[in-house]
Amino acid sequence: MPPPFSWIVAVAKFLYDFIVGDDWTVAAAVGIGLIVSAILNVNNLPAWWLIPVIVVVMLGVSLRRASRTH
Amino acid sequence: MTGLWAVLITTFLASAVEAIEMVTIVVGVGATRGWRSTLIGAASGFGVLAVVVVVLGAALSRVPIGPLRLIVGALLLTFGLQWFRKGIMRVAARGLAGIGGQDPHEAAEWTGPGMDWTAWFLAFKGVVLEGLEVAFIVVTFGAGAGHFVGAVVGGVGAVVIVGGIGLALHQTVRRIPRSLLQLIVGVLLSTFGTFWAIEGLGINWPGGDAAIPGLLILYVATALVYISLERNRALGLRPAA
Repeated sequence: MPPPFSWIVAVAKFLYDFIVGDDWTVAAAVGIGLIVSAILNVNNLPAWWLIPVIVVVMLGVSLRRASRTH
Repeated sequence: MTGLWAVLITTFLASAVEAIEMVTIVVGVGATRGWRSTLIGAASGFGVLAVVVVVLGAALSRVPIGPLRLIVGALLLTFGLQWFRKGIMRVAARGLAGIGGQDPHEAAEWTGPGMDWTAWFLAFKGVVLEGLEVAFIVVTFGAGAGHFVGAVVGGVGAVVIVGGIGLALHQTVRRIPRSLLQLIVGVLLSTFGTFWAIEGLGINWPGGDAAIPGLLILYVATALVYISLERNRALGLRPAA
């Protein structure tokens, strides 16, 4: 692959590994959680609690899935 | 003179809070992934910061910090959660093996040649975000109180002193087994990431900065519960499939 394309592929792969890693559902849940938090905030509803709840719940879900596959 | 000292001390203390967050990330990432790429990332962050401060000067206080906090916070959170999860699994499997020295089963996460871009990126954005916040504090306090030199001395002094403490502690940090260190850094990155991402959305935390230790306690408790559950699972204390 010529240099400009190989660099783009390398950067895309780095960003995917950095943000998504080996469980895409955790990154997706955080992304959705941030969008929902913004919506709650716009509607003057308390929103600070949502991401910590998502972190705790999604860690458990991801660990359970990992232990089933190993 | 009293005004100058008040500005210097206030700026020092406010900047020290930001500097602690910066140094925690750099020391944690360096101890876990290796120091070379981490320190190059931190130095690159300081370089970018110096250019931004020189170019923008006092106009820095008008730069919107919210979007930057949201982006950096979300990235730290998603990455921190990966280490949080791996740390729980490894500590549950190995316990505190290797404490006081290196566990022979654990190798540094980065073993390839050249730059470890993950370590570089984490250190870089930790330094840029926290450094910008220190710069905002210096500009705001300095301009507000009319003692710009005192504010600069307070801000730079906080970064230098907290950085020196981090440097002095790095040998102690190296004695922590890598699996436990990965869990600790994962918890810290997730804590700061959660805090900054929510702040970046313009949402106020109950108690302001005091929410950081609250989040830390919640995530540490979460780690302890999940480590216990993972250990029980590994010991076969689960219903047969």
